[in-house]
Amino acid sequence: MHNFTPIASLLGGMLIGLSASAMLLLDGKIAGISGILAGVLKPVAGDTRWRICFLAGLLTGGMALGVFLPTAFDFGIIRPLPMLIVAGLLVGFGTRLGSGCTSGHGVCGVSRLSPRSLVATATFVFTGALTVYLLNHLTGN
Amino acid sequence: MKALLTSFASGLVFALGLGISGMTQPIKVIGFLDFFGAWDASLAFVMAGAIAVYFVAYRIRATMPAPLLAPKFAIPTRNDLDVKLILGAAIFGAGWGLGGFCPGPALTSLASGAMPVFVFVVAMGLGMYLHSWVTEIRATASGLAISPANTTQDA
Repeated sequence: MHNFTPIASLLGGMLIGLSASAMLLLDGKIAGISGILAGVLKPVAGDTRWRICFLAGLLTGGMALGVFLPTAFDFGIIRPLPMLIVAGLLVGFGTRLGSGCTSGHGVCGVSRLSPRSLVATATFVFTGALTVYLLNHLTGN
Repeated sequence: MKALLTSFASGLVFALGLGISGMTQPIKVIGFLDFFGAWDASLAFVMAGAIAVYFVAYRIRATMPAPLLAPKFAIPTRNDLDVKLILGAAIFGAGWGLGGFCPGPALTSLASGAMPVFVFVVAMGLGMYLHSWVTEIRATASGLAISPANTTQDA
């Protein structure tokens, strides 16, 4: 195992949990990023402004990372563009069909012990691992 | 207004968490998903940290009649498992493993100005539109199929 960062990952994870907790206890909302984005791409009247504010915060946080922690954008692996396009289409389509992603199902739903989120999380980790396994074998890594 | 500020601040903290934890680096994501290779367990710690905090928040929520800055909680209530959920999660996972980005880190990484991230995010948005088009087409098709029944009902 190389590149293992348990402390930073735990701390970062707790910040994610803190952010999601604030959304829940203050705004009463689930911090599921794919759902928040989808609600901006297909707006519903009266349910859009908080989403835009959250996404603006996400981008502002990204800019802060660029200044204070530029290593956050040391991607390490950047797939070729055609692969990234297919990946993006799958992520966009799959998160809508499955009603959530790593944040909505993986963090918020698993914490609530929601059966749907537990199954969804196990499923996407499994197919993600399967994809990486197949890709590494096909490309001989 | 306060609720919108909370949304903005939460988005900001969320992005910092993603960056500090390593989620914005596809090498860490793909390393985590590489169970049969040089497995990098870091992302399990991200989930553990996030879930530990949110688990407590969710229990605090149970004691509150309403959120502090909004009239009511908007929390999913469904408990049934269906094909859409599992198929959707399976498709998402394949894309996650393929690209190394999930939605939050991809949006956060737009701030890096890296062109491949931009390409991924545009494709992700198109994938979301594709889903709503497919849903609409299927709804229209099933609407046509049951239209005779509707007609008799209306009559």
